[in-house]
Amino acid sequence: MGAELGNYKSCVSARSTDKELLKHAQDGGIVTSLFAFALEEGIIDGAIVAANKEFAAKYPSKCMMDNSNFDMIEPWRPIPAIVNTKAELIAAAGTKYNISPNVSLLKEATRSFGLDKIGIVGTPCQMQAVRKAQLYPIGMRDVGASIALAVGIFCMENFPYQSILQLVEDHAAMKLESVKKMEIGKGKFWVYGKRGQVVQLPLKITHKYEQPGCHVCLDYVANLADVSTGSVGSPDGWSTVMVRSKIGDSVWGKAMAAGCFETQPIEKVKPGLELVTKLANEKITKNKKTLEGRATFGVGKALRNPYI
Amino acid sequence: MADKITVGYTHLSGCTGCTVALADNYAGLLTLLDKYVDLKYMPTLADARHIQQVDVSFVEGSVCINDKLAVEEIKETREKSAIVVALGGCACYGNITRFSRGGQQNQPAHEAYLPIGDLIKVDVYIPGCAPTPQMIRNVAVMAYLLLKGTKEQKDLATAFLTPLMKLAAAGTSACFCELMTNVINQGLCMGCGTCAAACPVNAITMEYGKPQGERDLCIKCGACYSQCPRSFFNTDVISQYEAINEAIMAALQ
Repeated sequence: MGAELGNYKSCVSARSTDKELLKHAQDGGIVTSLFAFALEEGIIDGAIVAANKEFAAKYPSKCMMDNSNFDMIEPWRPIPAIVNTKAELIAAAGTKYNISPNVSLLKEATRSFGLDKIGIVGTPCQMQAVRKAQLYPIGMRDVGASIALAVGIFCMENFPYQSILQLVEDHAAMKLESVKKMEIGKGKFWVYGKRGQVVQLPLKITHKYEQPGCHVCLDYVANLADVSTGSVGSPDGWSTVMVRSKIGDSVWGKAMAAGCFETQPIEKVKPGLELVTKLANEKITKNKKTLEGRATFGVGKALRNPYI
Repeated sequence: MADKITVGYTHLSGCTGCTVALADNYAGLLTLLDKYVDLKYMPTLADARHIQQVDVSFVEGSVCINDKLAVEEIKETREKSAIVVALGGCACYGNITRFSRGGQQNQPAHEAYLPIGDLIKVDVYIPGCAPTPQMIRNVAVMAYLLLKGTKEQKDLATAFLTPLMKLAAAGTSACFCELMTNVINQGLCMGCGTCAAACPVNAITMEYGKPQGERDLCIKCGACYSQCPRSFFNTDVISQYEAINEAIMAALQ
C-alpha cells in the first residue's frame, strides 16, 4: 500500500490552547479552534457544522431543518447548521457519531446564508463530495470557488440515527438524553452519562449497526480535506492533524503563528502514525474486499461500483 | 488562432437558460473565445446560425418530434460534429419538457419531446437545470485539451470526461428515482447530503441522514444523481482537484 494516508504536507499531534473551548471539544478541539480562528481572521465568514436540537432551539435561523416536527427531534440527532461566531461553534462542538448531511447546506450557504468563504467540516466521504462538487459542479453553481476551508475528520464508518439509539439505549442501557459524550477509542465504544456513569461496548457489537454505504469507502483519514484530524494516533486529549492542501497549509500556519494550538511532533507521541496507518489499511483492505464481493454478488450480476 | 477547436451550439426546445449559464462565465467566456474556441454557429451569441462542420457541438433543449426542422437539426448536428455534448437537463433527460402534453398556442401542435439521446448517439452529458457556468467551462477546457493538448493533457481530459461519457451511454431518463435505484437500493448511500444541495427545485430533503425526494416537485434534470459522489467517483481525477482547478483557472486568465 503506502497511499493509505493520502498526500499531506505535514502531520503533528495538536490540541487547542483555549482551555474554555477544550471543555466542549471531543479531543484536541482542532475543528472548533481552527474554525474559530478562521472566522476571526476573515478566512471564512461561516462554517457548516453538525449541530443538534439544543443548538437549533437557540439559533433556529442557522439550521437546515428537515420535515420533522421540532418537538419530535430526538437528542443526539445531528442537524447541519451554519455558524458565524465562536459561541455558536462551541454550541455545536463534539462528535455526534451519526449521519449529519453537512454537504446538504453547501449551496444554501452561498445563497440565503450569504457566505462567500465557506468553512465545512465532514467525514472523508463528505470531503469527496465537496471536491467532486468543485471539479464536476453539475448542480453546484457558484459554490466551488467559495469553499475556503474544508476540514475532514478521520472516519472508520458512520451510524444511522436508529443505530445509535439501539447501541445507547439497548446495548448500553442509557437514555440518549442523559448522554454527555460518546467516543470510539481503544477498541471500544464509550458512552458517558451526564451524571458520571460510563458504559463501554466492544466494537464488535457495533459493527452490524454500521451504515452499509460506508463499506465501500476507501478513505480513512479524509485524503481530500484541506486539513484532516482525528483522535487516532495521539494521546488522550490530543488530536492528530494532517495538513494536506495549499489552503490547509496557509490556514494552519497562520493559526500556529497566532498560538491557537500547542503541538508535539507526531513521531514523538504514542501510538503515533503507526496506528493510523494500521487502521487505514484495515479499513481499505476490508472495503476493497466488499467491493470485490459486490462484483460477483449475484449470479452473473454485479452490484454497482461507484469507482469505475 | 489556428489551433482553436471549432464549436457549434444547436438550440432546440430549451429555455435559453443553458445559453445564459454559458454566458455567465463572463470574462472566462471571452477568454475561451479568444484563445481556445472558434464559435462557428450559435443562434443567440453568434452571427452564423446554421449548423456547420465542427469539432464539438453543444446541444441545448430536447427535440420536439412534431417539429420537422428540429428533427433535421439534431440529425445534422450529429453528422457534422466529432463530439456531441448534451447540455442541460432537457437535452440529456428531457427535464421539464418530459411533462409536455401539447396544446400550446403555437401551432401546428408541439406535443412530443425527446431527449436528444433518443434520436442520435450522444458523447458527453452535462446534466442539471440550468447546467452551471463552471461545469460548462470545465468541459469546454477539457474538450480543448482532448483535441489540442499534449499527450499528458489528452490523458487527463479523457479521464475527466469519461464519467460524463458513461452518463451519456447510460440512458435518457433521470429523476430522483435514480438516487433510489442506483445509489440507495445498491447500498451505496452514506448520507452526505450532496443531492439535496444539488437539486435546483429543493425537491430533496435529508431525513435521518438519507435523501427524501418529493417526486411531484422533481423536474428530471439529473443533477442529484450525477452530483452524488456515489454515482461516479473517479478517484484518480478528483484527487488531483487542486492542480486541475488551478490549471483551469490559469488557462482562463
